[in-house]
Amino acid sequence: MRILLVDDSRTMRNIQRKLLSVLGEPEFAEAGDGLEALSLIASSPQPFDLILIDWNMPNMDGHTLVCRIREKDKTTPLIMVTTEAEKARVLEAIKAGVNNYVIKPFTPEALLERVRQTLEKLKAAA
Amino acid sequence: MATAQAETQTINPRIIVPFVDSVRAVFSTMVGVQTRIDRPHIKVEPTPTYDVSSIIGFSGDVTGLVVVSFQRSAAEKLVAAFAGQPVPPDSPDFADAVGELANMIAGGAKKHLGNMSSITVPSVIIGANHVVARLSDVPCIVIPCHTDIGDFAVEVSIKQRKPANG
Repeated sequence: MRILLVDDSRTMRNIQRKLLSVLGEPEFAEAGDGLEALSLIASSPQPFDLILIDWNMPNMDGHTLVCRIREKDKTTPLIMVTTEAEKARVLEAIKAGVNNYVIKPFTPEALLERVRQTLEKLKAAA
Repeated sequence: MATAQAETQTINPRIIVPFVDSVRAVFSTMVGVQTRIDRPHIKVEPTPTYDVSSIIGFSGDVTGLVVVSFQRSAAEKLVAAFAGQPVPPDSPDFADAVGELANMIAGGAKKHLGNMSSITVPSVIIGANHVVARLSDVPCIVIPCHTDIGDFAVEVSIKQRKPANG
């Protein structure tokens, strides 16, 4: 499994990496903003199996990144992991095409549960 | 004069409570420490309470800024607990972790302050007696926070836009 972590905080990416390592030793790639993520996605030899995306980032925010990914790719599971907790923001992200939404701060269990839920739902639909 | 002015200003609980709740949630969930909160007070001095500051700006329905100010030794221990390993204070990862803690505190409080506000990515300053310029017409409220591994303070200097119909 190949997972792309997009967050401007390296500490947060490290935390997510450690937590998601239990998912069968995934291979990770990391980006610090939306532009870097788009570049990694474009140059990747095969699609990522999962992308976690922060909302507030410099250069290109997570919402814009989700819109840009969904212009070409309707299937890769996208999970927004953000402090943006307002209902309007959650709806905005869902409209843009995220499959799930995790609000920071999160417990390890909550993050893993959302990731597993997302992957299982997509597997069942395939 | 400044002290007398501070004494006449009132503290709006609608602004403070979201930050108190957010601090408790962030530190118990992501750092694994419980936080004790002291009585908030109006701040007069321009310098942050402690030596390590993370600054987040608000815009939209809420404007101003929030500074999360850590005792240096507390920042080192809290960052280590958050990151899961010691982080040298002179490394970029230290500022990154301090900034992310402030980001989560401000983001968590924002939900309860106004639907149409945005927060900036955090800026971090490390060093004694630095000065943070604030809006002149907004009081700065200090929320003193204590944990078993050190102290920090959340300095809230924001105002909410009044609704169009009162």
